[in-house]
Amino acid sequence: MERIPILKMGQFLLVTIQVDLYDQLAENLESDLINTISKHSSKGVLIDISAVSIIDSFMGRILGNIAVMSKIMDAQTVVVGMQPAVAITLVELGLSLNGVISALNVERGMELLRSKMHNSDNEEPEYDYDNE
Amino acid sequence: MQNNLLEGLKEHENKLLTIWSQILQESGAGDGAMEEEESKEFASLFLSALSKSENAQEFEKVHDLIVGIASSRGKRGFSPRENAEYLISFKQAASQILSELIKDPAQLYEANLKLNEILDNMTIMTFEAFMKGREDIISRQIDEISEISTPVIAVWDGIVALPIIGTLDSSRTQIVMENLLQQIVDTGSSIAILDISGVPAVDSLVAQHLIKTVSATRLMGAECIISGIRPEIAQTVVHLGIDLTGIITKASLASALQTAFDMLQLNVVKRKVIVG
Repeated sequence: MERIPILKMGQFLLVTIQVDLYDQLAENLESDLINTISKHSSKGVLIDISAVSIIDSFMGRILGNIAVMSKIMDAQTVVVGMQPAVAITLVELGLSLNGVISALNVERGMELLRSKMHNSDNEEPEYDYDNE
Repeated sequence: MQNNLLEGLKEHENKLLTIWSQILQESGAGDGAMEEEESKEFASLFLSALSKSENAQEFEKVHDLIVGIASSRGKRGFSPRENAEYLISFKQAASQILSELIKDPAQLYEANLKLNEILDNMTIMTFEAFMKGREDIISRQIDEISEISTPVIAVWDGIVALPIIGTLDSSRTQIVMENLLQQIVDTGSSIAILDISGVPAVDSLVAQHLIKTVSATRLMGAECIISGIRPEIAQTVVHLGIDLTGIITKASLASALQTAFDMLQLNVVKRKVIVG
């Protein structure tokens, strides 16, 4: 069965979605990801969707679900590289993915995750502009 | 049969033209030399189309011509009423000649009926041509306005600003959003400033569009600041019960820029001038 690879990078997990997601694939990704988080007790998940050109309401919900689930398991989710058209579609669908933190590209996303780690380690209040 | 009745007109083309221009002169719908040429062309094409019976292709040429004449007259400042009168006076001239040519009342009636049908159709076409000309102008202007009215300005490394001037409707919001998001991707900016000081009024619909734009920007991984909130706008927003609490709003572009600098941990300081 086709699966989306989940890469472990230290404390973080990196998922790059390079195909257009269909429902089954997205559901698999969801369960795989949660299992991998618990296996490695990861602190952060970075999902790169820069190659995804179409997202429907189901996919939007899956993304939101992943974020909430990882949050419960103490992992921060960052979605990076969303295409403008995808963002507009999601907003028009009424899904503003409030639980999901976004970043422009993988580099920024990693930075963001690290700063979050840093924050929670030191418990130091630091101004973070991507936090809602 | 009916066309044969009308065919008689062809031999009296010059007379027809004279009567026509006379009527035009009297009604004050005339326009000098340019019109005379148009009229001549129209009359000859019309009559030759008549003589070639029900040939639709021939009449198409006449239709094209009359559409051309109507739009050129429209550009010269004629009202659609004057355009219609132009053709109606042709009809008058033609039926005047017909009544001289045909003596039998029944046949004359038939011929006039046919003439009316053809020319009324053309009169409607002049109206349509006029309206189409206007609509073309309007749609071109709409395109132009939407194109020039949404500039995205890179004000700093990582900060883009978008001043919105004029009312925000759904189609414009779409363009604004697309431009802004594309620019964010292209420049890799993490902060977008949406300046609405040029928006005359904010109602619930406009506010909704603004909220949409902010959400889309956030989804992209950038933060959006709305600036240029005038006192009246603040009042309206509160009176309408619109919730803007999740959105960073600033009174002026300057303070929005300051906030953006703070977020990027930038500091603007005045340089110390060392004297001596």
